[in-house]
Amino acid sequence: MKHHLVIGLEVHVQLLTRTKLFCGCRNQFGLPPNSATCPVCLGLPGVLPVMNRRAFELAVKAALALNCEIPLFTKWDRKNYYYPDLPKNYQISQYDLPLSRNGWLDVESPAGNRRIGIIRVHLEEDAGKLTHDEQGKGDSLVDLNRTGTPLLEIVSRPDIVAPEEAKAYLEEIRLLMRELEISDCEMQEGSLRCDANINVHVAVPDGCFAATPIVEIKNLNSFRAVERALKYEASRQIAEFEKKFGKEWQIREGQPREFAGRLVCPVMDAERGQPIPKATAGWNEDRGVTVVQRSKEEAEDYRYLPDPDLVPVVVDPAWLDEMRSQLGELPAAQRRRLQADYALTAYEAGVLTAQGRALVAYFEETAQTAGDPKEASNWIINDLLQVLNESKRSLADLPLKPRSLGGLIRYLKQTGLNKQRGRDIFARMLEKGIEAEQAAGELGIQVVGDESELAEIVRRAIAANPKAVADYKNGKKKAADAIKGAIMRETKGMARIEVVQRLLLEELEKVPSDEKA
Amino acid sequence: MAEQQFSDPRNPNSSSSDESLGEWPASVLAEHIRDGRLKAEEVAEYFLSKVRQRDASIRAFLRIDEEAVLRQARQIDLRRQQGEPIGPLAGLPVAVKDNICVGGEQTTCASRILEGFVPPYDAGVITRLKDAGAVLFGKTNMDEFAMGSSTENSAYFKTVNPWDRRCIPGGSSGGSAAAVASGQVPLALGTDTGGSIRQPASHCGVVGMKPTYGRVSRYGLVAFASSLDQIGPIARNVRDCALLLQVLAGHDERDSTSIDRPAEDFCDRLEEPFESLTIGVPREYFAEGLDAEVEQAIREAIAVFKDQGAQVKDLSLPHSPYGVAVYYLVATAEASSNLARYDGVHYGRRAEQYEDLIDMVCQSRGQGFGAEVKRRIMLGTYALSAGYRDAYYLKAMQVRRRIRDDFCRAFSECDVIVGPVAPTPAFLIGEKVDDPLAMYLSDIYTNPANLAGIPALSLPCGFTTAGLPIGLHLQAAPFAEETLLRVARAFERATTWHERRPSFPDATES
Ligand SMILES: [Zn+2]
Repeated sequence: MKHHLVIGLEVHVQLLTRTKLFCGCRNQFGLPPNSATCPVCLGLPGVLPVMNRRAFELAVKAALALNCEIPLFTKWDRKNYYYPDLPKNYQISQYDLPLSRNGWLDVESPAGNRRIGIIRVHLEEDAGKLTHDEQGKGDSLVDLNRTGTPLLEIVSRPDIVAPEEAKAYLEEIRLLMRELEISDCEMQEGSLRCDANINVHVAVPDGCFAATPIVEIKNLNSFRAVERALKYEASRQIAEFEKKFGKEWQIREGQPREFAGRLVCPVMDAERGQPIPKATAGWNEDRGVTVVQRSKEEAEDYRYLPDPDLVPVVVDPAWLDEMRSQLGELPAAQRRRLQADYALTAYEAGVLTAQGRALVAYFEETAQTAGDPKEASNWIINDLLQVLNESKRSLADLPLKPRSLGGLIRYLKQTGLNKQRGRDIFARMLEKGIEAEQAAGELGIQVVGDESELAEIVRRAIAANPKAVADYKNGKKKAADAIKGAIMRETKGMARIEVVQRLLLEELEKVPSDEKA
Repeated sequence: MAEQQFSDPRNPNSSSSDESLGEWPASVLAEHIRDGRLKAEEVAEYFLSKVRQRDASIRAFLRIDEEAVLRQARQIDLRRQQGEPIGPLAGLPVAVKDNICVGGEQTTCASRILEGFVPPYDAGVITRLKDAGAVLFGKTNMDEFAMGSSTENSAYFKTVNPWDRRCIPGGSSGGSAAAVASGQVPLALGTDTGGSIRQPASHCGVVGMKPTYGRVSRYGLVAFASSLDQIGPIARNVRDCALLLQVLAGHDERDSTSIDRPAEDFCDRLEEPFESLTIGVPREYFAEGLDAEVEQAIREAIAVFKDQGAQVKDLSLPHSPYGVAVYYLVATAEASSNLARYDGVHYGRRAEQYEDLIDMVCQSRGQGFGAEVKRRIMLGTYALSAGYRDAYYLKAMQVRRRIRDDFCRAFSECDVIVGPVAPTPAFLIGEKVDDPLAMYLSDIYTNPANLAGIPALSLPCGFTTAGLPIGLHLQAAPFAEETLLRVARAFERATTWHERRPSFPDATES
């Protein structure tokens, strides 16, 4: 059955500010419960919020990085609902005049380079954390340290077409936020949270597409969970559609909506003739399934109210320009530049960019010193990243500087040493923070550069391997490899492989072909 | 100088007794304390004795800690003796409405739901009062959460009007106005969301002022309707009102709606005559519902201005008749959100028995709030609900802008707008408790100033034949408090209404 997935993500990221959004309390993960609180974030009577300018600045930077329009006037609204983790029983958020809207993000997805629309990016205060007694009967505990910490909400358009693309979108947001030091985006710590909306447009006979009811998936605790949950939910919706369409579900004749070049009609409840309301589902990580919790028959009414305690924010265009100028090169531009300037593949550019600006800078310096961007990229992607991942060290802590890595690449090319030898030298350099030649010396690696010396070794090897020589002479050209292996063993890999190759072929020619062992 | 009218209690030739201390303007008391002729402790003792004598019948105070009052007063005396600077209000008792937080002291907003709540912080105005050397003099009764016009909505007890104890003192700052009117304290803080300073000031025959929105910090004021609430002074005369406002006014970085603009000197030019003065009289103010005696007093007040050479300008505030409707949408909408925090979860009163979380919140709020507060929460919740928000809340916000524009136009033609504070004098206790709409209409003249954010003041301009005070309402352009006070003082100089005092049995005893 022909179908398209329609996915939109609502992402919340916590901002890396020193203090909370509307009070002076510390904004820090892992403090003792309720230790980072004050009358303002506890919602005591009479106290008033005062906006943290730094939080607003970070939010605007994020919005600019997401290519949003920034209106010059934005205000705060109260979202009213009762919950014990919300001491005022309203959340200060932004409703009809958010600080930004209409942006987009370019993502390297399995479907290629894709542009995902951003509906809006706004700032709001976070709620506290509730701990429920697992036994059931006991009291619930409230920790208000997180209450009032700045939270950025990024709402995408339903432009995402695949679970893998959703993951790529999240990775790109995380990269942006980390690069700009807006958020550390640790999903485990909750500094990045994601809810996913998904439905399926299934082709129906008359050329139209039937849209299944939208399901919002919550409780997604990792990027992998987002991808898995979307995959599961898509197939669940397709299965449900196949089961119900033409029976409980139908599409009504009428005006279809156009979406992504398709004509789309929502499925209706056949009995009531009503569209089926959006539902909420929880992702069960252990069972690998989504569990539909409730359908939102009545949309929650948050009774939005402009917050009279906070003055609207008027944005100065000059300040906005300054913020824009502070962004620097963003990942998408970086990827394009790496491909254009260094002839890297999209994959290589993607891997390097994904590691952050510091690594890209490291690469560029390595490439320049080495005079070979491709080799530089290979060494960094295949070797350096592994070291970083395994040692959990940061690039700055590494004793191996890009100039030295470039030097190693040059040295290997000059000496013709093989990759394995190169890796030994690399390891030594990493360990001691020394240059390639010194490391090679310490390892006792001396390149056998003298051709006459090498020719002697080759002749000895030929003499010692009559079987291989005979095979070679009988047309089995591969047999030369065995002799080459013997030579490399003899030279402990310190001979230039192309010289060995040349000398071996020359010496083999000299051996008479009718010679019998 | 005004103070020469008053006798010095230290002068053996003076006719004064201790009793006369209560007749002194606060400004004179302050000067005497500053130059050592009078001790702050004596002043405190005097007013505490008045509280002991009078408050059993007036019931203006919810709580007053005599020891704490005397301690503060002695501290002032000590500082003076040691030659330390003491502030402009040094030794002056100031009563505080119970919706203003005083650190370490119970603040209940006259509600059961905040019974026992002790804020760990001082409101911005309390810090200013302390810095100015004022003696915090108890917490006064009010309508619960400042919602009401009679102080009958206090969860604790009713305050009576010192001029006629069968009548209400007005509200919601009824305790503060009655305390000042009955001579129990020379100065008090009120709060005004829709007339809650001016209407009780009018009913009690004292001077009460709502400053421009943003003039005085709201930090530590328990919010009713945040975009309308302002703290202001209540005093026995205009100069004292100015003196207190001078201390209250000013920027507070903890309240982002407080205006960062230095306050002018409100006392300096108070006696200065006007070169020219134009009084605006909106025709909408003399419509149906205005009590004949009140109308008469206002017309006579206008004549007083005219006699002093003021121009009288007939003008129109076409949207003012919608003021009450707009006010009760905006104020209740904000209140429904502001009061959501009283849920029994984190502080304040929690119901003793409940089944689950939702039940706990419902029971706590159900038991903790009084009928009027519940009514307004429901009204506001309704006005903000999906499907009604546009028709009610947003429409009200549009009309609010029109009301503000009306004033803006009017103030291009006149310096102050003159009119009645309330359509009737103080009514009987119980008269309107079952008719919320009639109660709401008693704010008809005062609501628009809050909606427009402009400063407004009430001062005595007459008495009914039954002996109840009538207040004159003066309104001015934003931040024109200085003009407002000068005009009020000019009226006060020309009249003697402010000199009248309600009678007390204890006055004849001495
Ligand atoms: Zn805080």
